[in-house]
Amino acid sequence: MSFDEIRERARLGRYPIRGGGARRAVPTFDDLTFLTASASRYPLEGYREHCATRTVLGAANARDPVVLEIPITIAGMSFGALSAPAKEALGRAASEVGTATTTGDGGMTPEERMSSKTLVYQCLPSRYGFNPDDLRAADAIEVVLGQGAKPGGGGMLMGQKLGPRVAAMRTLPEGIDQRSACRHPDWTGPDDLRIKIEELREATDWRVPVFVKIGATRVYHDVRLAATAGADVVVVDGMQGGTGATQDVFIEHTGIPTLAAVRLAADALADFPDVALIVSGGIRSGADVAKALALGADAVSIGMAALVALGCNDTVHDFGPASYADLGTTAGNCVACHTGGCPVGIATQSPGLQARLDPVRGAERVANYLRAITMETTMLARACGKADVHHLEPEDLVALTVEAAAMARVPLAGTEWIPGR
Amino acid sequence: MDIDLSTTTVRTANATLRALPPGATARLTNPAGRHNLAVGLTEEITVEIDGTAGYYVGGLSKNATVLVHGTTGWGAGENLMSGLIRVDGDASQSLAASAHGGTIVVRGDASLRAGISLKGATVLVAGNVGDHCGFMAQAGTILVGGDAGRGLGDSLYEAVIYVAGRIKDLGADARVEELAESDVELVARLAKQHGFDHIDPENVTRVASARQLYHWGTP
Repeated sequence: MSFDEIRERARLGRYPIRGGGARRAVPTFDDLTFLTASASRYPLEGYREHCATRTVLGAANARDPVVLEIPITIAGMSFGALSAPAKEALGRAASEVGTATTTGDGGMTPEERMSSKTLVYQCLPSRYGFNPDDLRAADAIEVVLGQGAKPGGGGMLMGQKLGPRVAAMRTLPEGIDQRSACRHPDWTGPDDLRIKIEELREATDWRVPVFVKIGATRVYHDVRLAATAGADVVVVDGMQGGTGATQDVFIEHTGIPTLAAVRLAADALADFPDVALIVSGGIRSGADVAKALALGADAVSIGMAALVALGCNDTVHDFGPASYADLGTTAGNCVACHTGGCPVGIATQSPGLQARLDPVRGAERVANYLRAITMETTMLARACGKADVHHLEPEDLVALTVEAAAMARVPLAGTEWIPGR
Repeated sequence: MDIDLSTTTVRTANATLRALPPGATARLTNPAGRHNLAVGLTEEITVEIDGTAGYYVGGLSKNATVLVHGTTGWGAGENLMSGLIRVDGDASQSLAASAHGGTIVVRGDASLRAGISLKGATVLVAGNVGDHCGFMAQAGTILVGGDAGRGLGDSLYEAVIYVAGRIKDLGADARVEELAESDVELVARLAKQHGFDHIDPENVTRVASARQLYHWGTP
C-alpha cells in the first residue's frame, strides 16, 4: 500500500471505494501466444474461407436457446451504475452484431428491453427491481452468485447515483448509499440453488436458458456445483472483472485471474457436455477472446471494454466544466464511476452529464469494436487452421511465462514443460 | 379442478394452473412437500393445496390466491407481486422474501428471516417468527402475532414491523418507535381481516429503521 493510500484511509476513516477492475499486475491472456499453422498445420485463407462464430447456449433445457452470431456478449451492468442512454447504447450495439446484453442489479428498463434483441435478465441477491413480468420478457436468466471484482461481496450504489428513477425501481429511499445483499434471500447452498433454478424455469414455462454467474474463487468446485444444480450456462468472472463501485480492497485482493479460472472451469465441465461456459474479466482484444475459447470457453463477456468503446475515459472532457479534473483524475485513468460524475455520461444519473452520450452514435462505436475483435478472433482461428472459433483448443497455445504456463496448463514456449505436470 | 400430484408432475400441474381463466379454482392434492407449486401464476385464480408444500409455493406470482392447508418450505410467496398466499400451518425460512405486493398470511409460526428484503407486500404471522425477521426489508408491513427472535429488523430500510409478543433483540439500525394512531388502525384492520383475534392493536411494538446506515459512504 502506498503512502497516498494510507493517507486516503486516514482522511476517510473507512475503506476507499472506486469503480473499474483490478489494476495490479497478474498473469493474463497476453502471457500466451498461438502456435499458428505452418508445415505441420494447414491455415485457412482469411478473406475467402469461412470461420464460424455462431454460438448456441442452453439448447438442452430451454425451448428457446440463446443463439449468438458472435461468441462475445455484453456483461451485466446495472441501470443505476450506468445511465439509461448507456444501457440503450449497449443494447443497440449487441443487437446490431447479433449478440446478447445483460441487465444488472436494479432490474430491466423498457429502453434496454426494446433496444436489445437478446437480453439476459439477472437474478441477484438484492432482487432490486426483479419481477416476474420482466423475467418472462427476458431471453435468458442469469442467477448471480458473485462477480469477479467482489466475489463474496454485494453491490454498491452511492447516493449520488440513486436518483428518483433508480430508487423507485429498487424500492429504496432516494439518495441513500445502497449496499446490496451478498447472499440470496431465499436459498443457500447448491441443493437449494437447484430448486431455485427449477422455480425460475417454471415461472418462464421452461422457455429460456438459465445462467449461473460466479466470481472466480474456488472455480472448479463452484462450477461443478452450478452445473449439478441445473445451470445451462456457467459464467465465470475473473478478478480483472470491473464494477461500478466497490471497496478497493475487494477489487485488488479477492479472486483469481481470468487466465487461471478458464481452465479450471473447463475442467469442471468435462462431465457436463450440455453446460456452456462463458468467461469474463479483462477481455479486451480478439486475442483474449480466441485464447479464452481455446482454453475451453464457449463465449466471453465484456464489460469495461464495451464501456471504453462507448466513450469511457475519452479525452473529450479532460478539461472544462464537469471534467475528469473535477473528479481528481484524468482521461485514461478514471475509475470514478462510483461518484456519479462521469464526464462522458456513461456512469452517471445526472441528466446534464447523460446528455453528453448519444446512444445511437455510441452504439455504432461499440458495434464496430465488437466486429473488430470478432475479426481478430476469426483471424487467429483461421491461422490455426480452424473453420470455427470453437475449434480452437489448448494445443494451439503456449505460454510466455512460467506462471501463465502453470495457470493455463499449456507448455512454456519452446518446451514441453507444464509446471506441476 | 383437482390435480393429484402423486400422478402429475409439478411442471404439468403448473402449466395447467397457468392456463386457467380468471375466476377458476383448482385443488392440488398429495403435494407431499413438492417444491415450486403454483409459481409464476398471473391470473385471478384460486389454488388450494391439501397438505405440505415445499420451497417457493406461490412464488413469482401475481393476482392469484393460494391457500395451503398444511405447512410450507422455504420462500413461500417469494417475490409475490399481488394476490394472497395463506398458510394454515407453519412456514419455513425466508417467508415472503423480496415480495413486492399482495398479502402473505401464516396461521402458525414462521422460521428465520421472514420478510427478508421485503419490497412492499404485507406479511402476517399469527405465531412466532425466528431470527432476523425483516432483514433488509425495504418496504411493506410485517405483523407478528407472537414473539420475534434475535436481530429483528436488521439493516431495515422503510418496511415497518409490528410485534405483539416479546422481541429477543433488535438488529443493526432497527429501533422501537412509538405507536401512532395510524399504526393502531392498520394493525386492527389487518388483525380483523385475517382473524388474528389474539392481537391487541394498542399493545404491539412498532419497529422501524433508525436510518443510521443510509449514508455510510457519502463524504
